[in-house]
Amino acid sequence: MKFRILALPLLALLAAAPAFADATVTIKNFDYSPMDVTIKAGDTVTWKNLDGEPHTVVSVDGAFRSKALDENDSYSFKFDKPGTYKYICSIHPQMKATITVQ
Amino acid sequence: MNDKTSRRDALKCLGMGAGTLFTLSSGVFGAVDLAEAATRGNVGAPLFVQISDSHIGFNKDANPDVTGTLKESIAMVNTLPVQPGFAIHTGDITHLSTAEQFDTAQQILSTLKTSELHAVPGEHDVTDGPGTEFFNRFGKASGGRGYYSFDSQGVHFVALVNVMNFKAGGLGALGDDQLTWLKNDLASRPASQPIVVFAHMPLWTIYEPWGWGTAEALDIAQMLRRFGSVIVLNGHIHQIVQKTEGNITFHTARSTAYPQPQAGVGPGPGPLKVPAGDLGKMLGISSISINRAGKLALTDKTLA
Repeated sequence: MKFRILALPLLALLAAAPAFADATVTIKNFDYSPMDVTIKAGDTVTWKNLDGEPHTVVSVDGAFRSKALDENDSYSFKFDKPGTYKYICSIHPQMKATITVQ
Repeated sequence: MNDKTSRRDALKCLGMGAGTLFTLSSGVFGAVDLAEAATRGNVGAPLFVQISDSHIGFNKDANPDVTGTLKESIAMVNTLPVQPGFAIHTGDITHLSTAEQFDTAQQILSTLKTSELHAVPGEHDVTDGPGTEFFNRFGKASGGRGYYSFDSQGVHFVALVNVMNFKAGGLGALGDDQLTWLKNDLASRPASQPIVVFAHMPLWTIYEPWGWGTAEALDIAQMLRRFGSVIVLNGHIHQIVQKTEGNITFHTARSTAYPQPQAGVGPGPGPLKVPAGDLGKMLGISSISINRAGKLALTDKTLA
């Protein structure tokens, strides 16, 4: 009970922030981290590239696609529909990861 | 294993600095030191030069001045005693596919004395997906699809695109339409005609975990096997690796921008920072000529 009371004002505060990400994926050393992320429908995921080499975030089924992200660039996408979204880096297709939307 | 031998040979080439001449005779490549070849006087007029991986827009430690090193590379071509018939750029002209980066690259490339330039895209040139910026500028020769062929001085040239539509975890790919087109394009050529095939990513498997290869590599090699003299060129890996398979010589070019690690060394194929004095030894171009015996010969030149 105590936890809920504390959490409510916190959520309200975060929801008011304009670019709030429900989940963040960092790109470092040619890997997405974490590689598997589970979120709820309506949540936003933000990717941030920390490598000196550019990377992209490209959905295998075409649902989303970032431009080339240079070092420290970010990209966000809001997932409205439940499902499993596999994505790759279109510059280094050996890099692959998944977003699961419940 | 062949790959290991190739890498050892590549290192030998890097160490030679002045360049190595590869002569193709009866399908067998022999390496000759460039200085020695020049004194023999059997190096013919350059048929074309290969420029690769200029990455205009890159500005990190590995090379903060990629426009400068591209200009140096072009100056090296422009000072060749006999100008090549044309130049090819095997992709990654830009780093992030922006219009501004393409503008800068085209301004520099237009200073080539040889006016004809054939370019294939690298994955860095098509990060927008359809490759609009690249194809608006370089797609005319192919009607916007990127792959095409042409003939020059009796040699048949084939430009291929293997950086569109990557599959997860996959290698470069031509796709079914392009593979069928290639089969038809080569079918009518006599086996005696020298063939040069070029693309951005290696058209042979160098290192699969980093995607250094093309999915249809075996099909492509099968189509080329019947020809007496074939050179397959690419960029992408920013270092020289070479192998010979029958009459086919596969050769990857240096970058004009920055070196990359050897296959499997480090977390991934990113820019490799080397001591400033060593950078020029790891950047350069390739020159392909027909020698007096009518054979294709390949020469690598470094900036320093």
